[in-house]
Amino acid sequence: MSALAALVGRDIRIALRVGGGALIGVLFFLCVVVLMPFAVGPDLKLLAQLGPAILWLGALLASLLTLDRLFMADHDDGSLDLIVMGQTPLELACAAKALAHWLVAGVPLVIATPVLGLLLNLDAVPTAVVALTLLAGTPALTFTGMIGAALAVTLHRGGLLMAVLVLPLSIPVLIFGVAASEAAITGLSFAAPFSILCALSLASLVIGPFAAAASLRHGLD
Amino acid sequence: MRLSGRGISCVRGGRDVFSGLDFEACSGEALAVVGANGSGKTSLLRMIAGLLVVAGGSIVLEGGASELTIAEQSHYLGHRDALKPALSVIENLAFWRDFLGGEANDAMECLATVGLDHVLYLPAAYLSAGQRRRLSLARLLTIHRPIWLLDEPMSALDAPGAGMFSNLMSDHLHRGGLIIAATHGPLGIAASELPIGVVP
Repeated sequence: MSALAALVGRDIRIALRVGGGALIGVLFFLCVVVLMPFAVGPDLKLLAQLGPAILWLGALLASLLTLDRLFMADHDDGSLDLIVMGQTPLELACAAKALAHWLVAGVPLVIATPVLGLLLNLDAVPTAVVALTLLAGTPALTFTGMIGAALAVTLHRGGLLMAVLVLPLSIPVLIFGVAASEAAITGLSFAAPFSILCALSLASLVIGPFAAAASLRHGLD
Repeated sequence: MRLSGRGISCVRGGRDVFSGLDFEACSGEALAVVGANGSGKTSLLRMIAGLLVVAGGSIVLEGGASELTIAEQSHYLGHRDALKPALSVIENLAFWRDFLGGEANDAMECLATVGLDHVLYLPAAYLSAGQRRRLSLARLLTIHRPIWLLDEPMSALDAPGAGMFSNLMSDHLHRGGLIIAATHGPLGIAASELPIGVVP
């Protein structure tokens, strides 16, 4: 247990230090959302209608942007070798790394949502609902993205390959995240899409670490 | 404890690097793997550490902790030093001590032994190559593992550093440890040689 706590603590500490890149995702999120009203034009009604979708799309792209660093740095400096050799099961170590990544890259997206909601003419309730769906959905993005990150490391291909691999896995999360937000705003049933979103997160919490660990084990050299 | 390999072969990128290699090392013994560049010294160490698939043959450890794998009872010191530039010297060492787990020694004492106790709070990014190597050596001391797999352990160390590390290795052997080191130069301890590939 202390081994996993040490791993989570280390990854958070590195991300928060200079050059750690904890804020890259949230800055990208900010860029996408700030530019959107300029692109869509001054139609406030349309903007409010598109708001949840824009916020979700921004959050998804921001999490894809930061995920490829998840294993790459550890692979490049040899830490991954020692993590694989350690007595801690690799699945748990992967889960710990993903948890740390979610805390420094996923949670800031949720925190930034209320501020960015203002730019999209969203009222308090819709903004809160989008933040809630992001809180429930971003773990799924991180834990499925981890599978792509592990594959990208073992195949020695960075960035773009990971995005292409992970994109199909993140589409269901996007669909149900936006559906739940829209449902709450238009007064339809919020519970059904939100439950599915939570289910996707819980399933990826289980599948992600196993898939990533299997990929790392088979691809080491 | 006795670590042995029988008929090991290694394939890298579709090319046979070596085949039919036998080796054996017991507690208190050091084995120096020698050979030309590209002869497979690092690959052999990584196969023992479980980081490379053994293409043929078998590696067996007798007399160790039966519930642990060879990798879990080994320290691996590779070319890449597993240090995070953003973390300080003490943070880097404390992380590996907590993550690797097991019988631990005081981190401060280990850093004093390798001569890094004056730069405890310096980020590892500012360390020289020799200091980074010394910090990696401190990892071997802070957690006890019976098997040390060392890849060019003397690289980047100055003469006092090399002497210090030779002493650490002989202490480890006296306590019943086992060392397998890939090397081009002398290790400063009594070691039997394992030639690999075509020896010039």
